[in-house]
Amino acid sequence: MVRIISRRLVQLVVTLLALMTLVFFWLRSLPGGPVDALLGERATPQTRELLTRALGYDQPIWVQYGRFLKNVVTGNFGNSIRTGEPVTDVISRSFPATVELALAAIIIAIGLGVPLGYLAARHRGRLLDNATIIVTLIGISIPIFFLGYLLKDWLTQGVHIFPPSGRISTGLDNTDVTGFFVLDGLLTRELDASADALWHLVLPALTLATIPLAIIIRITRASVLDVLDEDYIRTADAKGLRNPTIRKRHVLRNALLPVVTIIGLQTGALLAGAVLTEKVYNWGGLGTLITDSISGSRDYPVLQALILLAAAVFVVVNLVVDLSYAVIDPRVRVR
Amino acid sequence: MPPLLDVRELSVVFQRKGTRPVTAVDGVSFTVEPGQTVGLVGESGCGKSVTSLAIMGLLPRRGNKVTGEVRFEDTDLLQLRPRDLRDWRGRDIGMIFQDPLSSLNPVIPLGVQVAEVLERHQGRTRQAALKQARELLDAVGIPDPARRLKEFPHQLSGGMRQRALIAIALACKPRLLIADEPTTALDVTIQAQILTLLKELVDDSGTALVMITHDLGVVAGLCDTVNVLYAGKVVERAYRHDLFAEPRHPYTHGLLQSVPRLDVDRGERLHQIRGSVSDNIPWPEGCAFAPRCDRVVDDCIGETVPLEPTFRAGALRCANPVPKEVAV
Repeated sequence: MVRIISRRLVQLVVTLLALMTLVFFWLRSLPGGPVDALLGERATPQTRELLTRALGYDQPIWVQYGRFLKNVVTGNFGNSIRTGEPVTDVISRSFPATVELALAAIIIAIGLGVPLGYLAARHRGRLLDNATIIVTLIGISIPIFFLGYLLKDWLTQGVHIFPPSGRISTGLDNTDVTGFFVLDGLLTRELDASADALWHLVLPALTLATIPLAIIIRITRASVLDVLDEDYIRTADAKGLRNPTIRKRHVLRNALLPVVTIIGLQTGALLAGAVLTEKVYNWGGLGTLITDSISGSRDYPVLQALILLAAAVFVVVNLVVDLSYAVIDPRVRVR
Repeated sequence: MPPLLDVRELSVVFQRKGTRPVTAVDGVSFTVEPGQTVGLVGESGCGKSVTSLAIMGLLPRRGNKVTGEVRFEDTDLLQLRPRDLRDWRGRDIGMIFQDPLSSLNPVIPLGVQVAEVLERHQGRTRQAALKQARELLDAVGIPDPARRLKEFPHQLSGGMRQRALIAIALACKPRLLIADEPTTALDVTIQAQILTLLKELVDDSGTALVMITHDLGVVAGLCDTVNVLYAGKVVERAYRHDLFAEPRHPYTHGLLQSVPRLDVDRGERLHQIRGSVSDNIPWPEGCAFAPRCDRVVDDCIGETVPLEPTFRAGALRCANPVPKEVAV
């Protein structure tokens, strides 16, 4: 276990270093840049030069790169070009929103996906199974923004069940502790704030969950069908074990292996920010930050940090997946 | 006294939507007396495995039709509800399978896999069941059973896994054990060990054994009586000794002739039965072996050849059997 983790940490460092280099040069090779974005077309050459020097972009690119590396190692990602704030502040304001949304979505996707996929497999070829296949196909194919606006239209405009946007009602005076509003409410015993945040979370989380949910249902279904065909299930039947025992002890655990992989991949993707869902529900997470940083100002420091963060999250999530593999499957443990 | 197991006119027809039905087992009848070892012999695709799965009620629930009777003492197992049949499996009838690796659950410790059958049928607690599991593993010749209980199937050798499966199948001291090609996936040296072990265990406990195999060597070493299956039908039944001394059905005769022998020259071609059983699916009316048979006569074609009793509880389904004097 310790060996797996330490090896992964080394991998993480190498990955991040490579990615940092790649992102640094890639961003700067794109046409345009922060200076153009901030000053617009009609700026005088003098102003442009002034800003270029102020931002340090007049230095040779290798010098810029060296300075960037040195700063990153010391934990300094620079200041946002757009707002002037330290990048870490900008990101730590948006990250909890994304994590809150992603976790809610993945919990919905797992909580519904695994049981539904299992049921579909048990009812193979019958109505429930066919219905599941069709619904998941729709779930995978429907554009997120379309579904988002559809839900919003029905459940916030037509019937006022859910709030249309934002993370918490404006009038509510909630204390910010961790940036996770639901958690903050619980910590500070402002339960009304928790409930309100949760209420705001429902629609965005549902919207964001559709694709992972559909994928998890399908993978679970296929995996359970595979396992039901296995010889050891026949052995379990030959022992005369009762159905619930066979399901719990023999089917589910084996069937979960591929599902865990998919859950990991999906979680990683969700944590990197959900651009469309955040747009629809005006949810100030990483997805919003990414779009703002690209289109508004070509905010190099913020973008660099965001991409590194996404990569780190991916590696960590995959580590968790590998560790849970070792828990589920003894064959992995030995290696 | 009725036999322990009385299989009467057992038929299994596989039918899936949009395909023509395939008869895998066609009116198979045989009996097993308490403590007796009965062989079901035939090549791949002759229906021997399907027969055993049908007896155990382990065929997929959909896509097939099972008819006939499987009387275990006085109970027709085919009439039991699937739920009730689960009380019999593992307790009164044990079964071991061909591939010992895939037949054990890869993510569950061996001990639990042995113990759960005791918990189920003998109401043992996990702890008591594990203790008994250790004794069972010891009895099937697995060294250091206390350690093995905690290990997983992939940590065991092939022979060890098959021993474990035997321990599982015999855990509740069933009166009948069905072994479906238990040695096919094993090395030759291990095969002999496993067969010896099986023989000892069933002899000691008085368990009856149905041995399903394509290996005539296994039959020669183990079985009291032998049923030769071809194309889902019993074509010949005899005591082991009679079968080897005087095979009457041309198929049995061919099988025995195909066994490599040390007393012929090395350059000599091995005898072979031309074609294969699956060449002629759907099997023709009349004798299904006719297209491959050297002794085919008019009576073989068209009408089903009946299974006629011969001497000493034997039976034969052939219109033109091999004469007695042409022994192997």
